Amino acid sequence: MKNFVKAQADWFKSGSPWIWLNGGAVAICMVMVVGLLGLIAIRGFGHFWPADILQTSIIDREGARHIIMGEEVRSEIIPAAVARDGGYIVEQDVELITRYLFKMGNRDVNGRDFSWFLETGMEKWEYPADAISIERREWGNFYGYPVAIKENDKLISELSSADFWQQLEQRLNRALDLHGQIHRIEKSDIGTINKRMDDLRLDRRRLELDGVTGAQLTAADADFAARRAELEAEYSLIKKTRDDLLAQATRDKLIARTADGKEVVIAFDHIVRITRPNEMGVFAKLGQYAERFWEFISDEPREANTEGGIFPAIFGTLTMVIVMSIMVTPFGVLAAIYLREYAKQGTFLKIIRISVYNLAGVPSIVYGVFGLGFFVYTLGGNLDELFYAESLPSPTFGTPGLFWASLTLALLTLPIVIVSTEEGLSRIPSTIRQGSLALGATKAETLWKVVVPLATPAMMTGLILAIARAAGEVAPLMLVGVVKLAPALPVDGNYPYLHLDQKIMHLGFHIYDVGFQSPNVEAARPLVYATSLTLVLLIIALNITAIKIRNNLREKYRSASD
Amino acid sequence: MSPTALVEPIKLEVKNLNLYYDQKRALNGVSMKIPEKKVTAFIGPSGCGKSTLLRCFNRMNDLVDACRVEGEIVLDGKNIYDKSVDVAELRRQVGMVFQKPNPFPKTIYENVAYGLRLQGVKSKRVLDEVVEKSLRGAALWDEVKDRLHDNAFGLSGGQQQRLVIARAIAIEPEVILLDEPASALDPISTLKIEELINELKHQYTIVIVTHNMQQAARVSDYTAFMYMGDLIEHDLTDTLFTNPSKKQTEDYITGRYG
Repeated sequence: MKNFVKAQADWFKSGSPWIWLNGGAVAICMVMVVGLLGLIAIRGFGHFWPADILQTSIIDREGARHIIMGEEVRSEIIPAAVARDGGYIVEQDVELITRYLFKMGNRDVNGRDFSWFLETGMEKWEYPADAISIERREWGNFYGYPVAIKENDKLISELSSADFWQQLEQRLNRALDLHGQIHRIEKSDIGTINKRMDDLRLDRRRLELDGVTGAQLTAADADFAARRAELEAEYSLIKKTRDDLLAQATRDKLIARTADGKEVVIAFDHIVRITRPNEMGVFAKLGQYAERFWEFISDEPREANTEGGIFPAIFGTLTMVIVMSIMVTPFGVLAAIYLREYAKQGTFLKIIRISVYNLAGVPSIVYGVFGLGFFVYTLGGNLDELFYAESLPSPTFGTPGLFWASLTLALLTLPIVIVSTEEGLSRIPSTIRQGSLALGATKAETLWKVVVPLATPAMMTGLILAIARAAGEVAPLMLVGVVKLAPALPVDGNYPYLHLDQKIMHLGFHIYDVGFQSPNVEAARPLVYATSLTLVLLIIALNITAIKIRNNLREKYRSASD
Repeated sequence: MSPTALVEPIKLEVKNLNLYYDQKRALNGVSMKIPEKKVTAFIGPSGCGKSTLLRCFNRMNDLVDACRVEGEIVLDGKNIYDKSVDVAELRRQVGMVFQKPNPFPKTIYENVAYGLRLQGVKSKRVLDEVVEKSLRGAALWDEVKDRLHDNAFGLSGGQQQRLVIARAIAIEPEVILLDEPASALDPISTLKIEELINELKHQYTIVIVTHNMQQAARVSDYTAFMYMGDLIEHDLTDTLFTNPSKKQTEDYITGRYG
């Protein structure tokens, strides 16, 4: 016993308990990080795997039997009493009962596409080989069996014909190709013409505002009319091409049958993808998985953001962070240089410094309110009156947009950049400064040629922290420029290419919107995970890039900061 | 106080120099003459003011806010503490090398060219020429001629210190101040620096601060001994070490204190 007490005392004296304590804390952190990433990775990535389509029959509350078809989403065990209260017939001696959530699709036929079914009365699950899943542009997925392909009203091929699947694929590819062409025309060609029409209107309005005489205006009007006529001619030409394509695209139709026998006609131009998951091997599924994942990353959202991709959100987040970095770095660095190198050290400076540090602790929504009140309404409103008077009363910069969102985030992250730059500057050894001064350099020359380059790794550290903070921020952005669905990307082929006044989509807000504002919660759930994962990956990618740059700089200036 | 047998022309003359850090007096009425194209060494215990005095010659003490200087230092007949003096111009005339090698975070070439670029020299031919001449002058050329565009931090400590000397002589100063230039170096690098000083004194007036009395005896022509802000004795190195005229000097060089 005595030995044990002594050994215990020795163990405490050796410092081991502290090592264990620290190690334990690190282990808990790691478990939480890995657990979090693992959860969103599994839930998010699982969504793109083509699930098998199962068919079975169930007994509903009235005791009638139905055939159902769909994908199993998940199952849970509930007390039988709950099921009984819900009106289901469950045998008396059963206490617990499993129920399954199926994604049944066919929203146009059934009204809703997710449903719970009790295991009681459920027959064996079958996976029919001919079952198809059709991803549509409207009404969500369709599950069922194909019946026939029609061109206009002419029957082309039936399920029993040898060339059916081949025909299906061919015609689908044709429809997808046509859809792509139509989309391109609508987005870029018609978009450009609309922009030029609008420019004409603004030009005329500008002349009016400039107060030119009636005669001059009439002369200009003739010119405007000629140009407008030109554009209109161009537009009708493009529109005709588009209408032709549209007519071609609606040519083919697929006749399909649901599991319980209802016939549905689906136009090929409403189809994104047709798969037969029950027929696919692992490799085919992998291919399908990659395709869907790529679509998620690179496509635009459909159906109130619950389907399709998140490309505009990725692009918006990235653009906003880059614009923010461009704004915050010079401001922060210059402010830090002034505070550290030029300002007279004293009480006043101390107050300024404390204020700057405290800015970092202000809740972000407060920045959002400030951004809306000051940047958007005051600054933006004045900018509009000065430079965009012709388009008033519709605001250009006097409304939330990319620029204000970036500026608000720049303000939010300014303290971070200032603090790390100041720390970097204070770490530069005075001998280096003296070496430069001793060669006849002025203070400014020393600063810009020697000191600031040496402090660049510290500035990059500040920027890394700023980016990490900004990319994940959502609350202030809702007020100053981020929307649920932006009609266009902030970068396009029309002058001035980067449209700082446009509203953008953002991954963080997208998560909130899809997760909590979506009409179709079950369909949106996996997308919340997948979008979260994308946001995390995007931030990691941004950070790694910045860290790489910083490490290169550090390597370059290695021993001077020792 | 000046060496009795001083016959050389005088480069720098310190006249009754007092220096204060806030209220604390660091130099007490120092007066001395520093001969041209000779090596003058300052020795003395830590805190005796020898580095402070050295830093007065190119007005590096101006960087210390609380520092105040009274008296005159005359360089070629002009008081460098006069209001009309351009400090940057003065520092081009009076170069300085510090205790710890302090190359800039640039290439070897750019380190040497730094001073010239500050003066607005752009011609590549001129720069190339001066860089080579200065590196040869600092006995570094043969070691770095194949990697002029590598980062200067890749050099060893001794090489860095010679690079700093090359950087100082690139702008052709008249006086070079060395503030314990070898104290952070190994014996072989120290030897190289000492040889270099022997070479340089044919062209430049050199003032060196050192803690190492052997070093002072080896490299200098004249030695000044300082103690507690006072200049105690200033004489030919041989005389000062073999036959000091002051008791304090003798005590110090025989190792009785300091």
